[in-house]
Amino acid sequence: MKRRKAKVFSRKRLEEGFFKVLMIGSAAAVLGSLVLILGTVVWRGLPALNLAMVTQTPKGGYYLGKEGGILNAIVGSLYLAGGATALALIASLPIAIYLQFYAARSRFAELARLALDVLWGVPSIVYGAFGFIIMLWLGMRASLLGGIIALALLELPILVRGMDEAIAMVPSALKEASYALGATRLETAVKVVVRQTAPGLLTAVLLAFGRGIGDAAAVLFTAGYTDHLPDSLSSPAASLPLAVFFQLGTPFPAVQERAYASALVLTFIVLGLSLISRRLGGRLTKHVIR
Amino acid sequence: MGLLTLAVMLLVPLIAVALFLRAWPILAAKPLGELLLSTTWHPLKGEFGFFPFIMGTLWVTAVAMLIAVPPSLLSAIYLAEYAPVRLRAVAKPLIDLLAGIPSVVYGVWGVLTVVPFVERHVAPSLNRRLGVLGLFRSDNPTGYGVLAGGLVLAVMLFPIIIAVAEEVIRAVPQGLREASLALGATRWQTIRNVVLRRAWPGVMAAMVLGLSRAFGETMAVLMVVGNVARVPRSIFDAAYPLTALIANNYGEMMSIPLYDAALLGGALILLLIVMAFSTASRLVLVRFVRSG
Repeated sequence: MKRRKAKVFSRKRLEEGFFKVLMIGSAAAVLGSLVLILGTVVWRGLPALNLAMVTQTPKGGYYLGKEGGILNAIVGSLYLAGGATALALIASLPIAIYLQFYAARSRFAELARLALDVLWGVPSIVYGAFGFIIMLWLGMRASLLGGIIALALLELPILVRGMDEAIAMVPSALKEASYALGATRLETAVKVVVRQTAPGLLTAVLLAFGRGIGDAAAVLFTAGYTDHLPDSLSSPAASLPLAVFFQLGTPFPAVQERAYASALVLTFIVLGLSLISRRLGGRLTKHVIR
Repeated sequence: MGLLTLAVMLLVPLIAVALFLRAWPILAAKPLGELLLSTTWHPLKGEFGFFPFIMGTLWVTAVAMLIAVPPSLLSAIYLAEYAPVRLRAVAKPLIDLLAGIPSVVYGVWGVLTVVPFVERHVAPSLNRRLGVLGLFRSDNPTGYGVLAGGLVLAVMLFPIIIAVAEEVIRAVPQGLREASLALGATRWQTIRNVVLRRAWPGVMAAMVLGLSRAFGETMAVLMVVGNVARVPRSIFDAAYPLTALIANNYGEMMSIPLYDAALLGGALILLLIVMAFSTASRLVLVRFVRSG
Protein backbone atom coordinates (compact mmCIF):
# COMPACT_ATOMS: atom_id res chain seq x y z
CA MET A 1 0.00 0.00 0.00
CA LYS A 2 2.72 2.36 0.99
CA ARG A 3 4.81 1.52 -2.08
CA ARG A 4 1.92 2.05 -4.43
CA LYS A 5 1.25 5.45 -3.02
CA ALA A 6 4.87 6.40 -3.45
CA LYS A 7 4.73 5.31 -7.08
CA VAL A 8 1.66 7.40 -7.86
CA PHE A 9 3.31 10.30 -6.17
CA SER A 10 6.41 9.97 -8.28
CA ARG A 11 4.39 9.79 -11.48
CA LYS A 12 2.76 13.04 -10.51
CA ARG A 13 6.17 14.54 -9.95
CA LEU A 14 7.43 13.17 -13.25
CA GLU A 15 4.53 14.70 -15.17
CA GLU A 16 5.06 17.99 -13.39
CA GLY A 17 8.76 17.98 -14.23
CA PHE A 18 8.16 16.97 -17.85
CA PHE A 19 5.72 19.78 -18.54
CA LYS A 20 7.81 22.29 -16.66
CA VAL A 21 10.80 21.50 -18.89
CA LEU A 22 8.54 21.76 -21.93
CA MET A 23 7.19 25.12 -20.80
CA ILE A 24 10.58 26.61 -20.01
CA GLY A 25 11.85 25.28 -23.33
CA SER A 26 8.94 26.95 -25.16
CA ALA A 27 9.43 30.27 -23.43
CA ALA A 28 13.15 30.09 -24.22
CA ALA A 29 12.37 29.30 -27.87
CA VAL A 30 10.04 32.30 -28.14
CA LEU A 31 12.57 34.68 -26.62
CA GLY A 32 15.31 32.98 -28.62
CA SER A 33 13.46 33.75 -31.86
CA LEU A 34 13.50 37.45 -30.89
CA VAL A 35 17.26 37.28 -30.36
CA LEU A 36 17.66 35.38 -33.62
CA ILE A 37 15.68 37.95 -35.64
CA LEU A 38 17.43 40.97 -34.16
CA GLY A 39 20.78 39.21 -34.39
CA THR A 40 20.30 38.34 -38.06
CA VAL A 41 19.24 41.86 -39.00
CA VAL A 42 22.11 43.51 -37.10
CA TRP A 43 24.68 40.95 -38.33
CA ARG A 44 23.77 41.31 -41.99
CA GLY A 45 22.64 44.93 -41.94
CA LEU A 46 25.47 46.59 -40.05
CA PRO A 47 28.26 45.93 -42.61
CA ALA A 48 26.21 47.58 -45.38
CA LEU A 49 25.17 50.55 -43.27
CA ASN A 50 27.10 53.78 -43.76
CA LEU A 51 26.57 57.49 -43.56
CA ALA A 52 25.70 57.82 -47.26
CA MET A 53 22.86 55.31 -46.81
CA VAL A 54 21.01 57.54 -44.38
CA THR A 55 21.95 61.00 -45.71
CA GLN A 56 21.52 60.67 -49.50
CA THR A 57 18.69 59.98 -51.86
CA PRO A 58 19.20 57.33 -54.56
CA LYS A 59 21.47 58.56 -57.37
CA GLY A 60 21.32 57.28 -60.95
CA GLY A 61 21.98 53.55 -61.06
CA TYR A 62 21.40 53.12 -57.32
CA TYR A 63 19.38 49.99 -57.88
CA LEU A 64 22.26 48.53 -59.89
CA GLY A 65 24.63 49.01 -56.97
CA LYS A 66 25.82 52.57 -57.62
CA GLU A 67 25.90 55.47 -55.17
CA GLY A 68 23.15 56.88 -53.05
CA GLY A 69 21.11 56.14 -49.99
CA ILE A 70 17.61 55.69 -48.67
CA LEU A 71 17.00 59.15 -47.28
CA ASN A 72 13.91 59.33 -49.51
CA ALA A 73 12.46 56.31 -47.72
CA ILE A 74 13.42 57.48 -44.22
CA VAL A 75 11.91 60.93 -44.73
CA GLY A 76 8.90 59.46 -46.57
CA SER A 77 8.23 57.02 -43.75
CA LEU A 78 8.50 59.72 -41.09
CA TYR A 79 6.08 61.94 -43.03
CA LEU A 80 3.66 59.07 -43.64
CA ALA A 81 3.64 57.73 -40.11
CA GLY A 82 3.78 61.21 -38.56
CA GLY A 83 0.90 62.50 -40.64
CA ALA A 84 -1.14 59.37 -40.08
CA THR A 85 -0.56 59.44 -36.33
CA ALA A 86 -1.56 63.12 -36.15
CA LEU A 87 -4.70 62.48 -38.20
CA ALA A 88 -5.63 59.39 -36.22
CA LEU A 89 -5.00 61.22 -32.93
CA ILE A 90 -7.37 64.04 -33.87
CA ALA A 91 -10.10 61.49 -34.55
CA SER A 92 -9.39 59.08 -31.73
CA LEU A 93 -9.11 61.31 -28.66
CA PRO A 94 -12.77 62.45 -28.90
CA ILE A 95 -13.83 58.83 -29.41
CA ALA A 96 -11.89 57.61 -26.39
CA ILE A 97 -13.31 60.43 -24.26
CA TYR A 98 -16.79 59.69 -25.53
CA LEU A 99 -16.48 56.00 -24.74
CA GLN A 100 -15.27 56.67 -21.21
CA PHE A 101 -17.27 59.75 -20.19
CA TYR A 102 -20.50 59.74 -22.13
CA ALA A 103 -21.22 56.17 -23.12
CA ALA A 104 -19.42 54.61 -20.13
CA ARG A 105 -20.71 51.06 -19.73
CA SER A 106 -23.67 51.22 -22.08
CA ARG A 107 -24.37 48.57 -24.72
CA PHE A 108 -23.43 51.13 -27.34
CA ALA A 109 -19.95 51.45 -25.84
CA GLU A 110 -19.56 47.67 -25.69
CA LEU A 111 -20.55 47.45 -29.33
CA ALA A 112 -18.16 50.27 -30.24
CA ARG A 113 -15.29 48.49 -28.48
CA LEU A 114 -16.12 45.27 -30.30
CA ALA A 115 -16.16 47.12 -33.62
CA LEU A 116 -12.79 48.72 -32.82
CA ASP A 117 -11.27 45.36 -31.88
CA VAL A 118 -12.49 43.88 -35.15
CA LEU A 119 -11.13 46.92 -36.97
CA TRP A 120 -7.79 46.29 -35.27
CA GLY A 121 -7.75 42.83 -36.80
CA VAL A 122 -8.47 43.95 -40.38
CA PRO A 123 -5.40 43.05 -42.48
CA SER A 124 -3.36 46.04 -43.55
CA ILE A 125 -3.60 45.01 -47.19
CA VAL A 126 -7.38 45.47 -46.93
CA TYR A 127 -6.81 49.01 -45.63
CA GLY A 128 -4.53 49.50 -48.60
CA ALA A 129 -7.20 48.26 -51.01
CA PHE A 130 -9.83 50.43 -49.33
CA GLY A 131 -7.56 53.46 -49.43
CA PHE A 132 -6.99 52.75 -53.11
CA ILE A 133 -10.76 52.68 -53.77
CA ILE A 134 -11.20 56.01 -51.97
CA MET A 135 -8.41 57.48 -54.06
CA LEU A 136 -9.97 56.23 -57.30
CA TRP A 137 -13.24 57.72 -56.20
CA LEU A 138 -11.66 61.09 -55.40
CA GLY A 139 -9.55 60.96 -58.55
CA MET A 140 -6.29 61.04 -56.58
CA ARG A 141 -3.05 59.42 -57.63
CA ALA A 142 -0.65 57.51 -55.39
CA SER A 143 0.51 60.19 -52.98
CA LEU A 144 1.69 61.09 -49.51
CA LEU A 145 -1.87 62.06 -48.60
CA GLY A 146 -3.26 58.72 -49.81
CA GLY A 147 -0.71 56.86 -47.73
CA ILE A 148 -1.45 59.01 -44.70
CA ILE A 149 -5.18 58.29 -44.96
CA ALA A 150 -4.66 54.51 -45.28
CA LEU A 151 -2.22 54.43 -42.37
CA ALA A 152 -4.46 56.64 -40.25
CA LEU A 153 -7.28 54.12 -40.68
CA LEU A 154 -4.87 51.37 -39.67
CA GLU A 155 -3.69 53.26 -36.58
CA LEU A 156 -7.10 54.49 -35.44
CA PRO A 157 -8.25 51.36 -33.58
CA ILE A 158 -4.85 50.99 -31.89
CA LEU A 159 -5.00 54.57 -30.65
CA VAL A 160 -8.62 54.52 -29.50
CA ARG A 161 -8.36 51.22 -27.63
CA GLY A 162 -5.01 52.21 -26.08
CA MET A 163 -6.39 55.54 -24.85
CA ASP A 164 -9.66 53.96 -23.80
CA GLU A 165 -7.80 51.56 -21.55
CA ALA A 166 -5.46 54.25 -20.23
CA ILE A 167 -8.41 56.50 -19.30
CA ALA A 168 -10.22 53.59 -17.66
CA MET A 169 -7.32 53.30 -15.18
CA VAL A 170 -7.97 56.76 -13.70
CA PRO A 171 -9.51 56.42 -10.22
CA SER A 172 -13.16 57.43 -10.28
CA ALA A 173 -12.69 59.50 -7.11
CA LEU A 174 -10.67 61.94 -9.20
CA LYS A 175 -13.52 62.38 -11.67
CA GLU A 176 -16.01 62.74 -8.84
CA ALA A 177 -13.85 65.41 -7.17
CA SER A 178 -13.80 67.34 -10.43
CA TYR A 179 -17.57 67.02 -10.88
CA ALA A 180 -18.08 68.12 -7.28
CA LEU A 181 -16.21 71.34 -8.05
CA GLY A 182 -18.78 72.04 -10.73
CA ALA A 183 -16.73 70.99 -13.77
CA THR A 184 -18.61 69.60 -16.75
CA ARG A 185 -17.85 66.20 -18.17
CA LEU A 186 -15.85 67.72 -21.01
CA GLU A 187 -13.83 69.92 -18.65
CA THR A 188 -13.14 66.93 -16.44
CA ALA A 189 -12.12 64.84 -19.41
CA VAL A 190 -9.79 67.37 -20.97
CA LYS A 191 -8.35 69.22 -17.98
CA VAL A 192 -8.14 66.46 -15.40
CA VAL A 193 -8.21 63.04 -16.96
CA VAL A 194 -6.23 63.62 -20.15
CA ARG A 195 -3.46 65.22 -18.08
CA GLN A 196 -3.56 62.35 -15.64
CA THR A 197 -3.26 59.80 -18.39
CA ALA A 198 -0.58 61.57 -20.45
CA PRO A 199 1.90 58.67 -20.11
CA GLY A 200 -0.68 56.10 -21.18
CA LEU A 201 -1.81 58.27 -24.09
CA LEU A 202 1.77 58.78 -25.22
CA THR A 203 2.42 55.04 -25.11
CA ALA A 204 -0.61 54.50 -27.33
CA VAL A 205 0.61 57.21 -29.74
CA LEU A 206 4.09 55.72 -30.01
CA LEU A 207 2.67 52.23 -30.44
CA ALA A 208 0.46 53.46 -33.27
CA PHE A 209 3.35 55.37 -34.85
CA GLY A 210 5.49 52.23 -34.72
CA ARG A 211 2.77 50.18 -36.34
CA GLY A 212 2.32 52.83 -39.03
CA ILE A 213 6.00 53.22 -39.88
CA GLY A 214 6.47 49.46 -40.13
CA ASP A 215 3.53 48.76 -42.36
CA ALA A 216 4.14 48.01 -45.99
CA ALA A 217 0.93 46.54 -47.35
CA ALA A 218 -1.23 49.62 -46.75
CA VAL A 219 1.21 52.08 -48.34
CA LEU A 220 1.95 49.82 -51.29
CA PHE A 221 -1.34 50.79 -52.95
CA THR A 222 -1.67 54.30 -51.71
CA ALA A 223 1.64 56.14 -51.30
CA GLY A 224 3.52 54.81 -54.32
CA TYR A 225 7.30 55.02 -54.38
CA THR A 226 9.77 57.61 -55.58
CA ASP A 227 13.47 58.35 -55.41
CA HIS A 228 12.81 61.97 -54.49
CA LEU A 229 11.90 63.50 -51.19
CA PRO A 230 8.18 64.20 -51.05
CA ASP A 231 7.58 67.93 -51.47
CA SER A 232 3.82 68.09 -51.18
CA LEU A 233 0.88 66.05 -49.99
CA SER A 234 -0.02 65.17 -53.55
CA SER A 235 3.40 63.85 -54.56
CA PRO A 236 4.19 60.17 -54.08
CA ALA A 237 6.30 59.19 -51.09
CA ALA A 238 8.80 56.38 -50.53
CA SER A 239 8.72 54.36 -47.33
CA LEU A 240 11.25 52.24 -45.47
CA PRO A 241 9.39 48.92 -45.56
CA LEU A 242 8.95 49.22 -49.31
CA ALA A 243 12.59 50.26 -49.69
CA VAL A 244 13.53 47.00 -47.97
CA PHE A 245 11.14 45.03 -50.13
CA PHE A 246 12.14 46.53 -53.49
CA GLN A 247 15.89 46.38 -52.84
CA LEU A 248 15.65 42.78 -51.73
CA GLY A 249 13.82 42.01 -54.96
CA THR A 250 16.68 43.13 -57.20
CA PRO A 251 19.08 40.48 -58.49
CA PHE A 252 22.21 42.39 -57.35
CA PRO A 253 23.88 41.29 -54.09
CA ALA A 254 25.18 44.82 -53.44
CA VAL A 255 21.62 46.17 -53.54
CA GLN A 256 20.31 43.30 -51.42
CA GLU A 257 22.94 44.20 -48.79
CA ARG A 258 21.35 47.64 -48.72
CA ALA A 259 17.98 46.03 -48.13
CA TYR A 260 19.43 44.46 -44.98
CA ALA A 261 20.82 47.83 -43.93
CA SER A 262 17.44 49.46 -44.57
CA ALA A 263 15.76 46.77 -42.48
CA LEU A 264 18.24 47.57 -39.72
CA VAL A 265 17.39 51.28 -39.89
CA LEU A 266 13.67 50.45 -39.70
CA THR A 267 14.26 48.11 -36.76
CA PHE A 268 16.31 50.79 -34.96
CA ILE A 269 13.48 53.30 -35.36
CA VAL A 270 10.76 50.92 -34.18
CA LEU A 271 12.70 49.53 -31.23
CA GLY A 272 13.94 52.99 -30.32
CA LEU A 273 10.36 54.26 -30.19
CA SER A 274 9.34 51.39 -28.01
CA LEU A 275 12.23 52.04 -25.57
CA ILE A 276 11.47 55.79 -25.52
CA SER A 277 7.83 55.10 -24.72
CA ARG A 278 8.86 52.93 -21.79
CA ARG A 279 11.24 55.60 -20.48
CA LEU A 280 8.84 58.48 -20.99
CA GLY A 281 6.13 56.51 -19.28
CA GLY A 282 8.05 57.12 -16.06
CA ARG A 283 8.98 60.75 -16.78
CA LEU A 284 5.64 62.17 -17.73
CA THR A 285 4.03 61.19 -14.48
CA LYS A 286 4.78 64.62 -12.99
CA HIS A 287 1.13 65.62 -13.01
CA VAL A 288 -0.20 62.27 -12.02
CA ILE A 289 -1.76 61.96 -8.61
CA ARG A 290 -1.29 58.53 -7.10
CA MET B 1 -18.20 62.73 -30.40
CA GLY B 2 -20.96 60.18 -30.53
CA LEU B 3 -21.30 60.64 -34.27
CA LEU B 4 -17.57 60.19 -34.74
CA THR B 5 -17.73 56.98 -32.72
CA LEU B 6 -20.65 55.77 -34.81
CA ALA B 7 -18.74 56.59 -38.00
CA VAL B 8 -15.78 54.52 -36.87
CA MET B 9 -18.07 51.65 -35.92
CA LEU B 10 -19.49 51.68 -39.41
CA LEU B 11 -16.03 51.60 -40.96
CA VAL B 12 -15.82 47.81 -41.23
CA PRO B 13 -19.16 47.48 -43.05
CA LEU B 14 -18.19 50.49 -45.16
CA ILE B 15 -14.94 48.83 -46.23
CA ALA B 16 -16.85 45.64 -47.03
CA VAL B 17 -19.43 47.53 -49.11
CA ALA B 18 -16.75 49.51 -50.98
CA LEU B 19 -14.86 46.32 -51.83
CA PHE B 20 -18.10 44.61 -52.83
CA LEU B 21 -19.07 47.42 -55.19
CA ARG B 22 -15.64 47.38 -56.85
CA ALA B 23 -15.73 43.58 -57.08
CA TRP B 24 -19.26 43.57 -58.49
CA PRO B 25 -18.29 43.46 -62.20
CA ILE B 26 -16.59 40.10 -61.77
CA LEU B 27 -19.24 38.74 -59.41
CA ALA B 28 -21.82 39.61 -62.04
CA ALA B 29 -19.81 38.17 -64.92
CA LYS B 30 -18.78 34.84 -63.41
CA PRO B 31 -20.61 32.30 -61.27
CA LEU B 32 -19.33 32.26 -57.68
CA GLY B 33 -18.58 28.54 -57.87
CA GLU B 34 -16.20 29.04 -60.77
CA LEU B 35 -14.43 31.93 -59.06
CA LEU B 36 -13.89 29.99 -55.86
CA LEU B 37 -13.19 26.52 -57.23
CA SER B 38 -11.51 26.96 -60.59
CA THR B 39 -7.73 26.50 -60.63
CA THR B 40 -7.00 28.47 -63.79
CA TRP B 41 -5.72 31.99 -63.27
CA HIS B 42 -5.19 33.78 -66.58
CA PRO B 43 -6.22 37.41 -66.13
CA LEU B 44 -5.35 38.18 -69.76
CA LYS B 45 -7.79 35.53 -70.98
CA GLY B 46 -10.35 36.64 -68.45
CA GLU B 47 -10.07 33.48 -66.34
CA PHE B 48 -10.05 34.11 -62.63
CA GLY B 49 -9.96 30.96 -60.48
CA PHE B 50 -9.15 31.79 -56.87
CA PHE B 51 -8.77 28.19 -55.73
CA PRO B 52 -4.94 28.01 -55.77
CA PHE B 53 -4.71 31.23 -53.77
CA ILE B 54 -7.33 30.21 -51.23
CA MET B 55 -5.53 26.89 -50.80
CA GLY B 56 -2.21 28.73 -50.53
CA THR B 57 -3.58 30.84 -47.71
CA LEU B 58 -5.05 27.78 -45.96
CA TRP B 59 -1.83 25.75 -46.22
CA VAL B 60 0.43 28.46 -44.92
CA THR B 61 -1.99 29.34 -42.13
CA ALA B 62 -2.43 25.71 -41.08
CA VAL B 63 1.32 25.08 -40.96
CA ALA B 64 1.87 28.31 -39.03
CA MET B 65 -0.83 27.43 -36.48
CA LEU B 66 0.54 23.91 -35.98
CA ILE B 67 3.99 25.32 -35.30
CA ALA B 68 2.87 28.34 -33.25
CA VAL B 69 0.15 27.00 -30.97
CA PRO B 70 1.97 24.46 -28.73
CA PRO B 71 4.92 26.67 -27.75
CA SER B 72 2.69 29.74 -27.41
CA LEU B 73 0.29 28.03 -25.04
CA LEU B 74 3.08 26.45 -23.00
CA SER B 75 4.84 29.81 -22.74
CA ALA B 76 1.61 31.54 -21.76
CA ILE B 77 0.97 28.95 -19.03
CA TYR B 78 4.54 29.28 -17.81
CA LEU B 79 4.38 33.07 -17.67
CA ALA B 80 0.99 33.08 -15.98
CA GLU B 81 1.49 30.27 -13.49
CA TYR B 82 5.14 29.49 -12.87
CA ALA B 83 7.44 32.35 -13.81
CA PRO B 84 8.90 34.36 -10.92
CA VAL B 85 7.68 37.96 -10.85
CA ARG B 86 11.05 39.33 -11.97
CA LEU B 87 11.30 36.97 -14.92
CA ARG B 88 7.78 37.94 -15.99
CA ALA B 89 8.70 41.60 -15.73
CA VAL B 90 11.57 41.01 -18.16
CA ALA B 91 9.93 38.49 -20.49
CA LYS B 92 6.65 40.30 -21.16
CA PRO B 93 8.17 43.50 -22.61
CA LEU B 94 10.48 41.36 -24.74
CA ILE B 95 7.50 39.45 -26.14
CA ASP B 96 5.76 42.77 -26.80
CA LEU B 97 8.91 43.81 -28.65
CA LEU B 98 8.49 40.75 -30.88
CA ALA B 99 4.98 41.99 -31.70
CA GLY B 100 6.34 45.40 -32.67
CA ILE B 101 8.86 44.21 -35.26
CA PRO B 102 7.63 45.27 -38.73
CA SER B 103 6.55 42.42 -40.98
CA VAL B 104 9.12 43.37 -43.63
CA VAL B 105 11.86 42.73 -41.07
CA TYR B 106 10.35 39.31 -40.39
CA GLY B 107 10.48 38.78 -44.12
CA VAL B 108 14.17 39.72 -44.31
CA TRP B 109 14.88 37.34 -41.44
CA GLY B 110 12.92 34.67 -43.27
CA VAL B 111 14.91 35.15 -46.47
CA LEU B 112 18.25 35.18 -44.64
CA THR B 113 17.70 32.45 -42.07
CA VAL B 114 14.53 30.41 -42.46
CA VAL B 115 14.64 29.79 -46.21
CA PRO B 116 18.28 28.53 -46.24
CA PHE B 117 17.54 26.43 -43.14
CA VAL B 118 14.57 24.76 -44.86
CA GLU B 119 16.50 24.36 -48.09
CA ARG B 120 19.67 22.85 -46.59
CA HIS B 121 18.44 20.94 -43.58
CA VAL B 122 14.71 20.40 -43.19
CA ALA B 123 13.76 19.59 -46.79
CA PRO B 124 16.55 17.07 -47.56
CA SER B 125 16.25 15.18 -44.28
CA LEU B 126 12.44 15.02 -44.18
CA ASN B 127 12.32 14.13 -47.86
CA ARG B 128 14.74 11.25 -47.29
CA ARG B 129 12.98 9.88 -44.22
CA LEU B 130 9.32 10.68 -44.83
CA GLY B 131 9.26 11.47 -48.54
CA VAL B 132 6.97 8.51 -49.22
CA LEU B 133 4.23 10.47 -47.50
CA GLY B 134 3.28 13.06 -50.09
CA LEU B 135 3.07 15.72 -47.42
CA PHE B 136 6.84 15.74 -46.89
CA ARG B 137 8.00 15.08 -50.45
CA SER B 138 10.31 17.77 -51.70
CA ASP B 139 10.77 18.46 -55.39
CA ASN B 140 11.32 22.15 -54.78
CA PRO B 141 15.07 22.87 -54.88
CA THR B 142 14.68 26.25 -53.14
CA GLY B 143 13.60 26.72 -49.55
CA TYR B 144 10.85 29.17 -50.60
CA GLY B 145 7.53 27.51 -49.86
CA VAL B 146 4.75 26.65 -47.45
CA LEU B 147 7.03 25.57 -44.62
CA ALA B 148 9.22 28.71 -44.75
CA GLY B 149 6.08 30.87 -44.82
CA GLY B 150 4.57 28.88 -41.97
CA LEU B 151 7.70 29.19 -39.83
CA VAL B 152 8.00 32.94 -40.28
CA LEU B 153 4.29 33.40 -39.69
CA ALA B 154 4.44 31.19 -36.58
CA VAL B 155 7.02 33.46 -34.98
CA MET B 156 4.80 36.45 -35.79
CA LEU B 157 1.88 34.71 -34.05
CA PHE B 158 3.80 33.93 -30.84
CA PRO B 159 3.32 37.34 -29.21
CA ILE B 160 -0.36 37.60 -30.20
CA ILE B 161 -1.38 34.19 -28.88
CA ILE B 162 0.82 34.43 -25.78
CA ALA B 163 -0.44 37.87 -24.75
CA VAL B 164 -4.13 36.96 -24.98
CA ALA B 165 -3.81 33.43 -23.56
CA GLU B 166 -1.74 34.64 -20.63
CA GLU B 167 -4.30 37.28 -19.76
CA VAL B 168 -7.11 34.75 -19.93
CA ILE B 169 -5.28 32.24 -17.73
CA ARG B 170 -4.50 34.89 -15.15
CA ALA B 171 -8.19 35.84 -15.05
CA VAL B 172 -9.04 32.42 -13.55
CA PRO B 173 -9.97 33.05 -9.88
CA GLN B 174 -7.18 32.19 -7.43
CA GLY B 175 -9.61 30.32 -5.17
CA LEU B 176 -10.05 27.57 -7.76
CA ARG B 177 -6.32 26.91 -7.82
CA GLU B 178 -6.10 26.88 -4.05
CA ALA B 179 -8.97 24.41 -3.76
CA SER B 180 -7.27 22.03 -6.18
CA LEU B 181 -3.86 22.36 -4.54
CA ALA B 182 -5.43 21.77 -1.14
CA LEU B 183 -6.77 18.43 -2.42
CA GLY B 184 -3.20 17.34 -3.06
CA ALA B 185 -2.97 18.00 -6.79
CA THR B 186 0.37 19.13 -8.17
CA ARG B 187 0.62 22.48 -9.89
CA TRP B 188 0.53 20.91 -13.33
CA GLN B 189 -2.50 18.79 -12.42
CA THR B 190 -4.19 21.93 -11.16
CA ILE B 191 -3.42 23.70 -14.40
CA ARG B 192 -4.60 20.82 -16.56
CA ASN B 193 -7.74 19.90 -14.67
CA VAL B 194 -8.87 23.20 -13.22
CA VAL B 195 -7.25 26.28 -14.73
CA LEU B 196 -7.25 25.22 -18.37
CA ARG B 197 -10.73 23.75 -18.15
CA ARG B 198 -12.00 27.06 -16.87
CA ALA B 199 -9.91 29.16 -19.28
CA TRP B 200 -10.57 26.98 -22.33
CA PRO B 201 -13.01 29.24 -24.23
CA GLY B 202 -10.62 32.16 -23.80
CA VAL B 203 -7.62 30.09 -24.86
CA MET B 204 -9.54 28.99 -27.97
CA ALA B 205 -10.34 32.63 -28.65
CA ALA B 206 -6.64 33.49 -28.39
CA MET B 207 -5.89 30.85 -31.00
CA VAL B 208 -8.64 32.04 -33.33
CA LEU B 209 -7.34 35.59 -32.99
CA GLY B 210 -3.93 34.31 -34.04
CA LEU B 211 -5.57 32.50 -36.94
CA SER B 212 -7.24 35.67 -38.17
CA ARG B 213 -3.89 37.49 -38.02
CA ALA B 214 -2.27 34.68 -39.99
CA PHE B 215 -4.85 34.98 -42.76
CA GLY B 216 -4.20 38.64 -43.27
CA GLU B 217 -0.42 38.81 -42.98
CA THR B 218 1.03 39.99 -46.26
CA MET B 219 4.59 41.16 -46.63
CA ALA B 220 6.52 38.63 -44.54
CA VAL B 221 4.71 35.69 -46.11
CA LEU B 222 4.95 37.13 -49.60
CA MET B 223 8.73 37.32 -49.28
CA VAL B 224 9.34 33.66 -48.38
CA VAL B 225 6.48 31.61 -49.76
CA GLY B 226 7.58 31.27 -53.39
CA ASN B 227 4.49 32.73 -55.10
CA VAL B 228 3.62 30.02 -57.63
CA ALA B 229 -0.07 29.92 -58.55
CA ARG B 230 -0.59 26.20 -57.99
CA VAL B 231 -2.34 24.25 -55.27
CA PRO B 232 0.43 23.01 -52.92
CA ARG B 233 0.64 19.27 -52.23
CA SER B 234 3.55 19.17 -49.83
CA ILE B 235 4.85 21.49 -47.13
CA PHE B 236 7.89 22.19 -49.30
CA ASP B 237 5.90 23.29 -52.36
CA ALA B 238 5.68 26.95 -53.23
CA ALA B 239 2.32 28.56 -52.51
CA TYR B 240 0.65 31.81 -53.46
CA PRO B 241 -1.59 33.18 -50.69
CA LEU B 242 -4.39 35.65 -51.40
CA THR B 243 -2.62 38.52 -49.69
CA ALA B 244 0.49 37.99 -51.80
CA LEU B 245 -1.64 37.89 -54.96
CA ILE B 246 -3.15 41.28 -54.16
CA ALA B 247 0.15 42.88 -53.15
CA ASN B 248 2.09 41.58 -56.14
CA ASN B 249 -0.36 42.61 -58.85
CA TYR B 250 -1.77 45.93 -57.72
CA GLY B 251 0.42 47.67 -60.33
CA GLU B 252 -1.05 46.15 -63.45
CA MET B 253 -4.58 45.54 -62.23
CA MET B 254 -6.01 48.71 -63.74
CA SER B 255 -4.81 47.87 -67.24
CA ILE B 256 -6.54 44.50 -67.70
CA PRO B 257 -10.34 44.25 -67.77
CA LEU B 258 -11.93 42.71 -64.66
CA TYR B 259 -8.50 42.30 -63.06
CA ASP B 260 -9.07 45.07 -60.53
CA ALA B 261 -12.50 43.66 -59.70
CA ALA B 262 -10.94 40.23 -59.19
CA LEU B 263 -8.18 41.47 -56.89
CA LEU B 264 -10.48 43.67 -54.84
CA GLY B 265 -12.84 40.69 -54.69
CA GLY B 266 -9.89 38.76 -53.25
CA ALA B 267 -9.51 41.48 -50.62
CA LEU B 268 -13.23 41.13 -49.88
CA ILE B 269 -12.92 37.36 -49.34
CA LEU B 270 -10.02 38.03 -47.00
CA LEU B 271 -11.89 40.69 -45.07
CA LEU B 272 -14.98 38.53 -44.63
CA ILE B 273 -13.00 35.54 -43.33
CA VAL B 274 -10.89 37.62 -40.96
CA MET B 275 -13.93 39.56 -39.76
CA ALA B 276 -15.84 36.38 -38.95
CA PHE B 277 -12.95 34.89 -37.00
CA SER B 278 -12.00 37.99 -35.09
CA THR B 279 -15.60 38.92 -34.23
CA ALA B 280 -16.20 35.41 -32.86
CA SER B 281 -13.03 35.41 -30.77
CA ARG B 282 -13.64 38.92 -29.43
CA LEU B 283 -17.18 38.01 -28.39
CA VAL B 284 -15.85 35.03 -26.44
CA LEU B 285 -13.06 37.09 -24.87
CA VAL B 286 -15.35 39.92 -23.78
CA ARG B 287 -17.73 37.50 -22.08
CA PHE B 288 -14.88 35.53 -20.58
CA VAL B 289 -13.07 38.44 -19.01
CA ARG B 290 -16.35 39.84 -17.71
CA SER B 291 -17.40 36.60 -16.01
CA GLY B 292 -13.88 35.71 -14.90
